[in-house]
Amino acid sequence: MNIRAVATQEATRISEIIDHCRHLEGPMLPILHKVQEEFGYIPESAKQIIAEALNLSRAEVHGVVTFYHDFRDHPAGRHTLKLCRAEACQSMGCESLAEKAKAKLGIDWHETTADGAITLEPVFCLGLCAQAPAAMLDGELYARLDEDCLNDIVAEVRA
Amino acid sequence: MPLVPEIDYGTPASKSAELVTLTIDGREVTVPAGTSIMRASMEAGIQVPKLCATDMVDAFGSCRLCLIEVEGRNGTPASCTTPVAPGLVVHTQTERLKQIRKGVMELYISDHPLDCLTCAANGDCELQDMAGAVGLRDVRYGYEGDNHVKARSATGTINAQWMPKDESNPYFTYDPSKCIVCSRCVRACEEVQGTFALTIEGRGFDSRVSPGAHEAFLESECVSCGACVQACPTATLTEKSVIEIGQPEHSAVTTCAYCGVGCSFKAEMRGEELVRMVPWKDGQANRGHSCVKGRFAYGYASHKDRILNPMIREKISDPWREVTWEEAFAHVASEFRRIQYQYGRESIGGITSSRCTNEETYLVQKLIRAGFGNNNVDTCARVCHSPTGYGLGQAFGTSAGTQNFDSVEHSDVVLVIGANPTDGHPVFGSRLKKRLRQGAKLIVIDPRRIDLVRTPHVEAAFHLPLKPGTNVAVLTALAHVIVTEGLFDEAFIRTRCDWSEFEDWAAFVAEPQHSPEETEKFTGVPAEELRGAARLFAKGGNGAIYYGLGVTEHSQGSTTVMAIANLAMATGNIGRPGVGVNPLRGQNNVQGSCDMGSFPHELPGYRHISDDATRETFEKLWGVTLNNEPGLRIPNMLDAAVDGSFKGIYIQGEDILQSDPDTKHVSAGLAAMECVVVHDLFLNETANYAHVFLPGSTFLEKDGTFTNAERRINRVRKVMTPKNGYADWEVTQKLAQAMGLAWAYTHPSEIMDEIAATTPSFAGVSYAYLEEKGSVQWPCNEKFPNGSPIMHVDGFVRGKGKFIRTEYVAADERTGPRFPLLLTTGRILSQYNVGAQTRRTENVVWHEEDRLEIHPHDAEQRGIKDGDWVKLASRAGETTLRALITDRVAPGVVYTTFHHPNTQANVITTDFSDWATNCPEYKVTAVQISPSNGPTDWQEDYEELSRRSRRIVGKLEAAE
Repeated sequence: MNIRAVATQEATRISEIIDHCRHLEGPMLPILHKVQEEFGYIPESAKQIIAEALNLSRAEVHGVVTFYHDFRDHPAGRHTLKLCRAEACQSMGCESLAEKAKAKLGIDWHETTADGAITLEPVFCLGLCAQAPAAMLDGELYARLDEDCLNDIVAEVRA
Repeated sequence: MPLVPEIDYGTPASKSAELVTLTIDGREVTVPAGTSIMRASMEAGIQVPKLCATDMVDAFGSCRLCLIEVEGRNGTPASCTTPVAPGLVVHTQTERLKQIRKGVMELYISDHPLDCLTCAANGDCELQDMAGAVGLRDVRYGYEGDNHVKARSATGTINAQWMPKDESNPYFTYDPSKCIVCSRCVRACEEVQGTFALTIEGRGFDSRVSPGAHEAFLESECVSCGACVQACPTATLTEKSVIEIGQPEHSAVTTCAYCGVGCSFKAEMRGEELVRMVPWKDGQANRGHSCVKGRFAYGYASHKDRILNPMIREKISDPWREVTWEEAFAHVASEFRRIQYQYGRESIGGITSSRCTNEETYLVQKLIRAGFGNNNVDTCARVCHSPTGYGLGQAFGTSAGTQNFDSVEHSDVVLVIGANPTDGHPVFGSRLKKRLRQGAKLIVIDPRRIDLVRTPHVEAAFHLPLKPGTNVAVLTALAHVIVTEGLFDEAFIRTRCDWSEFEDWAAFVAEPQHSPEETEKFTGVPAEELRGAARLFAKGGNGAIYYGLGVTEHSQGSTTVMAIANLAMATGNIGRPGVGVNPLRGQNNVQGSCDMGSFPHELPGYRHISDDATRETFEKLWGVTLNNEPGLRIPNMLDAAVDGSFKGIYIQGEDILQSDPDTKHVSAGLAAMECVVVHDLFLNETANYAHVFLPGSTFLEKDGTFTNAERRINRVRKVMTPKNGYADWEVTQKLAQAMGLAWAYTHPSEIMDEIAATTPSFAGVSYAYLEEKGSVQWPCNEKFPNGSPIMHVDGFVRGKGKFIRTEYVAADERTGPRFPLLLTTGRILSQYNVGAQTRRTENVVWHEEDRLEIHPHDAEQRGIKDGDWVKLASRAGETTLRALITDRVAPGVVYTTFHHPNTQANVITTDFSDWATNCPEYKVTAVQISPSNGPTDWQEDYEELSRRSRRIVGKLEAAE
């Protein structure tokens, strides 16, 4: 399949998602969520397609996409690990835990391991302050995280 | 002379009639309800510190600098977002406020470069002003932390937050390092211009202004109107001219010389050098807004192609010879007299310019009537809005548009037909879009899907994509629906119009052949859509009609104008704000040039030349006897030239070879003349056939007045000495003197006084009056001492409004097997008409060449791909240009612009014209297209002729 065919397929799928959501009140965020669900990120081309469909400017869609950190501009690894860096977790040592995670995975924040297994993201407050430090793996919460637990997580996702 | 002062009140004015009194810093202030405390303070002369507020956009409340304290209320609300309330006691300066403001400024400055001395905004920077206003003395945080200012940190590591300057736009730069993210630019783009090209990307400390989706300005959706540059409080968005020259030291209010909107600008100067044009907030046509042409495209005034010395040549094959002004005037006078002696008094004539001032136009027609002794005067309105003059004159009794531009703020349904406001009249387009975003409905009748049909936050309720040439049928079908479904406004018609004429017209439009179902067969407009549009227009509230050359430049142009007038009268949409019939005039002074008696049959003020009383007024004043027979129109002059009876012409500021139809006929006419005098800024295409060239002056170099599409007489003010030596009115006066006329005007104000003395609709106008009022809409006289923003308020000028039957007659220009497609033409935002001016500015980055828009279906049938050269042929001729494949045009229709001389679009157009006024049928030509290798023989021959005819003795060949 050549590049143009892939691009056309992408555009077709985005248009289908738009058609599915456009009846909603304030359809842009539901559309963006579905696009990210489908592609793992918001393809650059989606901004123009969404803008045209909703009769907005490309700039407006870009403004919304970039406002939310969870909308990605490139695909993540197979799993995403979010480590909380808010105050409660900081007081319980999340910073040093984060350094260990980075060293173990050989990546910095927002990066993905070379094998594509895991992407490391910082997050500010998962609402688990009472059980800090907290983390989230692919939407699943982890409380009272320590180095052992971190090792288990990494081993599990790489398995 | 200092800069023209303008107060920024911080938030827009409230239009409420209810008044509220409150106390601010011990002063009692009374303002309309809904006014912000910030604005109320400013009106009391108290300036609350602010950064994110400016009165061109709504309050936003983000900068946290304009905080105030209100007795009895908690906290420190922002004065820009807090409305006034009766009895409030407000303090704008307290110990608490001082501390907060200083702290906020400290944060701003900790992430801002400290290069004030070398900054382009030095002296015009609100951030600098506010640092001074709050008494900022030091920044405790230092400058080494996270910042957007430095490309590299002190240790040499790259700063990922830093972004380089964007210099892609030819007129302004975007320097993100100086941005304080007040979002004034983003809001100006949205609220004022309505393009939504800018956004704030990211959040928190990552927030940045982003054109499009993090693109360069030039690649983004930006249309370069400059509203963002004007709104920017720092040097982040700055005119390149300010960066290069420095801050202006004085300014004068003047009027843009491009389109018929007639925007008021402050020409900001340093000495005699123009630093920048800034739209004037008090300008009543534009209300502080502008487009890319008016604000930025003035570079032609100092372009190297401008001719600054008079030139003469014996034959058009000779090179030009520079001469003194005296020699030029003597030569023209003796040639014109010789020709008249040899061929008769009627053998010469002239053309006035819709680009020049009222005063200059008045002088040219006076020279022709009093000096040449004939009425062979015409103007370019012949080729654009002459059907408006005739059609509205018949229906209402005067040819003028009925409203002011402010009227659109009260419209509920807007019908746009044959006009493309966002390209052709951009500032009106922005004002219209603003109203549409507020909820007004839009109906577009146009063969092409113009931007207004669907553009961010604006969508037409109906788009009727008619076949070019079927305007009358579509409008009559709309009337059919309104009459047969009983949607007309009987009360209005009975009081304001002739009822029996209405009944006759109603019976006519109700005939079954005018039903949408019947007309659909040849107009291509689906009947259901048309019925919907008619119902919406008739019953949707205040209905306003705006139209352009897509209405007039047809063989039934005058009929279409009458059909528009019928529609407005039948629905009662005349004589109050928000309604009316609004011709969008093409040129800055096309209204004025018509007012000033530029037509062969009319003296100033639209009074027929055969009217003895009018003639007597002028005869007495001018001391001559005027011919009571109308003279020749432009096409007649050219016909007479080809026949050998018309031999000399004085053309001021019009390029008839490029702008008039059937180029080959025009060139044959000009070539047959013995003395063609072209008075222009540049050696234009017409000058290829000229014997004398008189250099013209720009609008920056003269005093005068322009009259815009809403009949508004605006002042034009001289801000620099004419580079060619004389303003155009002086040139015409000296030519008249050389021909023996005893003219002695020392200033254009004296010419206006003569106009006022002779023309009743201008009786109250004088430069002193304009100085006092800023501008006025004619008629301005004893009956209307303050002018007339809206016409026909209590009754039509002609008494009763006249309904006229509008029978559709198919254009003679038909498609057939040889020429199966219909060509229609239009304009683009960045270029202006034949492009003599805009092609000599940086605006060419947006439009390097004219392209032919073709529907994918038609293109595929002919094997044409996007960007291919295609040959465009009609019965009249052929030319080549490159194709642009788009579904903006319907199958069977092709479209092009006509901004570039090598396109020669008018080689294609035919000599069919409006039945009443001879306005050429530019908007419909049957054509065929086929793939091509490049320019046609005519284009190549013409290129060679142009090159040869631009040689000047002693100079290198002048560039085009």
